[in-house]
Amino acid sequence: MKFVSSLRRIGHMVKKEFIQTLRDTHMRWLLFGPPLIQMLVFGYAATLDVRNVELAVLDLDNTLESRELVAHFSASRYFHLNPYAAQRADLREGLDRGDILAAMEIDSGFARRLRNGQGATVQVLVDCSNSNTALVALGYLNQIGAAFSRDYQLDRMLRTAPQRMSTLPQVDLEVRPWFNEGLESQWYFVPGVIGNVMLILVMMLTAFAVVREREIGTLEQIMVTPIRRWEFILGKTIPFFLVGCVDATLIALVGTFWFGVPFRGNLGVLAAGLVAFILAGLGLGLFLSTVSANQQQAMILSFFFTMPMITLSGFGTPIASMPPLLQKMSCLNPLRHVMVLLRSVYLKGVGFDVLWPEIAALASIAVFLLTISVLRFHKSLE
Amino acid sequence: MSLRRILAMMRKEVIQIWRDPRSLLVIFAMPLVQLVIYGYGVNLDIRHIPLCVYDRDATQTSQDLLKHFQATDYFTIVHVAENYPDVIQQIDGGDCTVAIVVPPQFSENLHSRGRAPVQALLDASDSNTASIGMGYALSIIQAYSQDIQIEWQQRNGMPTVPPNVTFQPRTWFNEDLESMANIVPGVVAMVMAVVGAFLTSLTIAREWERGTMEQLIATPVRKLEIQMGKLIPYFVIGMMDTALCAAAAVWWFGVPFRGSWTVLFACSALFLIVVLSLGYFFSVTAKSQLGASQLALLVTLLPTFLLSGFIFPIDQMPVLVQWITRILPARYYVSLLRSIFLKGTPVRLLAGNILGLGIIAGVLIIRATRAFQKRLE
Repeated sequence: MKFVSSLRRIGHMVKKEFIQTLRDTHMRWLLFGPPLIQMLVFGYAATLDVRNVELAVLDLDNTLESRELVAHFSASRYFHLNPYAAQRADLREGLDRGDILAAMEIDSGFARRLRNGQGATVQVLVDCSNSNTALVALGYLNQIGAAFSRDYQLDRMLRTAPQRMSTLPQVDLEVRPWFNEGLESQWYFVPGVIGNVMLILVMMLTAFAVVREREIGTLEQIMVTPIRRWEFILGKTIPFFLVGCVDATLIALVGTFWFGVPFRGNLGVLAAGLVAFILAGLGLGLFLSTVSANQQQAMILSFFFTMPMITLSGFGTPIASMPPLLQKMSCLNPLRHVMVLLRSVYLKGVGFDVLWPEIAALASIAVFLLTISVLRFHKSLE
Repeated sequence: MSLRRILAMMRKEVIQIWRDPRSLLVIFAMPLVQLVIYGYGVNLDIRHIPLCVYDRDATQTSQDLLKHFQATDYFTIVHVAENYPDVIQQIDGGDCTVAIVVPPQFSENLHSRGRAPVQALLDASDSNTASIGMGYALSIIQAYSQDIQIEWQQRNGMPTVPPNVTFQPRTWFNEDLESMANIVPGVVAMVMAVVGAFLTSLTIAREWERGTMEQLIATPVRKLEIQMGKLIPYFVIGMMDTALCAAAAVWWFGVPFRGSWTVLFACSALFLIVVLSLGYFFSVTAKSQLGASQLALLVTLLPTFLLSGFIFPIDQMPVLVQWITRILPARYYVSLLRSIFLKGTPVRLLAGNILGLGIIAGVLIIRATRAFQKRLE
């Protein structure tokens, strides 16, 4: 009997929350529109691919050989050749402006030195203000340079000693990229975007849940009703939990059907992981809501937590590159666990046997935070 | 417009901020905490990639090849596999990112037939690490090939030719290729965008929600005066935050500063006006704190992180998304900060970005002023 009346009270609370949230036209839109739009835009934006690097060439040699070298670059999809520069000052200005990322200067005498077998050097200026792009571009540059050298050398041997060509020893590297054969950046980042969007949605919604009633003064009205504190917290949480589940399904569908990220894992594992993650997000939001005195504080605090959580989740930058202390701290971050889970389920297709630690971690964070919130919330004024 | 009324409004606002010490603490502590976490946490340098080797040839030659992998700090050999399932398990479990498999008869093939393949298996679910690792592996194999070729040419009494073309890279603006120098100026922009927008997004909505707007309406203060009085205190706080962040970037993180401080502060002031007006605009239109903060969060946090060029280069995005980034103020500010910090670019080359910010500022100020009505529904 007691249990039934308790369920009824929770039911009323849930109904009240739904009415309150859905009556606001702004909110109705905010619940479902932005997650979808964010997923679409960010899915495209988050890429670390380096293609079509803008390259300017100043060819002071202007011979068959130098043009051949430039042709190697223009044939590659990694570089986009800007029109030839006329003078050195153009290179400097282009780099300063940020119109070009790299500038190549072929000195006069390039072909002569090559023919004499002296080996020629080519100067390359690279804008390294973005070190990752620069590093990758430098790698491509060296690969293309090596290809040119090899072609040139083979061409020469073919003319001088063709019979020995076949026995020139050479090791070839056969590369097999697993799980992501085309090395598509999008496949890696789209599952991560799901985690980010969900965190922000769920946490921000619940961060205001309790403190809003307090600030508007309606908490006092609730206090005079027979509802218990855990019933109150549950009633506050369930609507947002449902909203979170609907949103998670929506954006996961976008990830698979719009972006074409392969889904190789088990749907059950994904669902279990996302439910645990949504609960953890709700727990964090509720916790912030109970420690804040007003909505402004709740908001500042949730900003304060969200930004480091995204940074330390391994979403944009690998966790392995962080200092050891931050790596340890990131284990407390639910977003980190869900990132690993999402990416593994989507791309690697591994199952519960590999991923249970992540789900267990998410569930324990959720239980811990929800318990603390219930304990912190007192049904009394100040 | 009366200066006295603006000052009175400002005084009220300052007192209100001052009496909420928790918020005040966060306002000043947050930028620094963020800067430290980002500065140390965001690192795109990829070194010590965990490597697994499986030598099926087990000869002097194959060991020699693998030693080349051991010698670099690009890879760390964490596992020597004994059989193929072992290799698969290492990659599946995420313990190794790259596995090098030397096939049987490697040295025999190399000596008799001249060509010998070596297999590299990559966990490419993280495509960035994988492609950088692939680049490292390729260059190691190339260097090895070249070594044995020169040896072979010497043995056969052929003239050894030095590598034909060598590139002499000059890494401008960030000589050591440190990602920190790139990230930290971006962090300053990130922090300013978020702090700025949320500081003001609640100011007006709060008055409406608590009912104090009615009191304000009853006073002779004009709407432009309310706007100024509300924004100026937050502008001052924002500028202090900027100074704090910039100082930490230069003296704590050792990011080179090659531009002019005047330009930096002028640009920051412009950017702050943009984000404060943005927050104010949301505050005026949403009228509830929940709505305003949701809007501010949606428009600042993730977009700044993902679309401003902070981590993901804008020129690699699809054209449509590139156009979307143009309405994002943080995009211009990130680019300005990087130019000022790392390149020391002269002002005339920054004009495009400054103009972009200026246009957004103008539009936002006009919209925000129009949207605010000093009357009850």
